[in-house]
Amino acid sequence: MNKKTIVIDILRYRPEMDEKPFTQSFEVPYIEDTSILEALQYIKDHLDSTISFRWSCRMAICGSCGLMIDNIPKLGCKAFLRDYYPNKISLEPLANFPIERDLVVVMDDFMQKLESVKPYLIPGDNACMSSGEYQQTPLQMEKYKQFSMCINCGLCYAACPQYGLDNNFIGPAALALLARYDRDSRDAGSAQRMKILNQEEGVWGCTFVGYCSTVCPKKVDPAAAIQLLKVESSKDYLIGLFKPD
Amino acid sequence: MNELKEKTYKRSHEPVFWGLFGAGGMLCAFITPVMILITGLLIPLGYINRSHFDYNNLHAFASTWYGALIILVLIALPLWHTFHRIFHGLHDLGIKRGRDWQRVLCYGFAFTVSVFIATLLFAMF
Amino acid sequence: MSKRKPYIRKLETNWWLKTGFYTRYMLREGSCIFITLYSLILTWGIFNLSQGESSFNMWLDTLQNPFFIILHLIVLIFALYHSITWFALAPKAIALWVKGTRIEDSVIIATHYAAFAIVTVLCLLIITL
Ligand code: SF4
Ligand code: FES
Repeated sequence: MNKKTIVIDILRYRPEMDEKPFTQSFEVPYIEDTSILEALQYIKDHLDSTISFRWSCRMAICGSCGLMIDNIPKLGCKAFLRDYYPNKISLEPLANFPIERDLVVVMDDFMQKLESVKPYLIPGDNACMSSGEYQQTPLQMEKYKQFSMCINCGLCYAACPQYGLDNNFIGPAALALLARYDRDSRDAGSAQRMKILNQEEGVWGCTFVGYCSTVCPKKVDPAAAIQLLKVESSKDYLIGLFKPD
Repeated sequence: MNELKEKTYKRSHEPVFWGLFGAGGMLCAFITPVMILITGLLIPLGYINRSHFDYNNLHAFASTWYGALIILVLIALPLWHTFHRIFHGLHDLGIKRGRDWQRVLCYGFAFTVSVFIATLLFAMF
Repeated sequence: MSKRKPYIRKLETNWWLKTGFYTRYMLREGSCIFITLYSLILTWGIFNLSQGESSFNMWLDTLQNPFFIILHLIVLIFALYHSITWFALAPKAIALWVKGTRIEDSVIIATHYAAFAIVTVLCLLIITL
């Protein structure tokens, strides 16, 4: 019988009884195709039922299972024990977010940032129902598709020291989302969104660390979105010098 | 109905400094290594004869308007790049107090040295 | 009554020492200190140039001091690190579309390196000719 095991350290925090987080170790059976998420489920089913963590789809599409694995933001369902065996694995809640309980973090600020960039199609002045549906060519879609792949997992916020240093910064995913609507041929809201990204806490809060793009599980590349938006914001600044509104 | 009121946004002046940072960074990336190689290593170590870099040639070059401009750009522009990074680096290191003063000191230094070089070049005209 | 009590972790001041990626970022940003030094050395050279031949030659002599040789060597290493990181990130700030596809990052990076090589050779030629 296979008796191989692996040790998992989990940062725990129970708001009703703990002053601050502490580490608890668990030993779970090692099987090659066990994901970190499945290991957590094993712990909850067999070792300690009080442990809390988020999950839903188990297939890297819902974005709820983000956590720090050995200090790197990852999706629990997309990382496997075999990538760490035989070493110990450390699990912590996503960095830069307040801890709600155990591996669950408070996402309110992240959600609010996503909402703040007007993430919806803003029709132009002359748009009217009678002119029929919007047409879009595959080429026009290609322009924003990459930035529309975000699953709102928050890994990029956990990877962003600028967000960690000052959480007024709108942050990677929300700015990539802004770029996604900006580049959509059906949208006419660029001028409104330009005001958002022109701020200090808009694109200018970014110093191009670039870690957000490295950790993103969906290759959204928010760092690229932000750099391109900086160029747009700079153009707008120049125009503003000659044509103040 | 309050929520429907449009939030007011404050425009940052960062594009000015970012533009200079980008231009300086580009210059540094392409040309600074070879400049260091020439002025800091090959000439002092004698691999390139000093006669290629002698006073009369250089002074004559610096006295033309294009020569002066090239020298100014090569020396001063990188400072706008580096002090932009220093300014943001201070924030990265967690020094949050007196950001306004930090800004004045950083870009002020780059500005002062730029003016200093320009004055020297102007005097050589 | 709510039992909620979110625990807020503060980013530690030495955050950039904890992950290799962050450390490399800080080295990239830190390269600017050395490039600043180099620009100041050149400023000092221009100052000497304006003071006449003997003082300019004195500046050239000073640069032969081993201290300055070593300093320039270190500065060169950091300057090259700046170039490498700058070229590596360049594609992210450039979106060139040709016939409906975005130009590959590797092409943009390779172009930068080619330009770098040309500039370097050109400068060496200009100074020695
Ligand atoms: S941009 Fe990537 S890392 Fe950030 S929330 Fe979206 S999917 Fe997650
Ligand atoms: S459980 Fe849905 S992304 Fe991991």
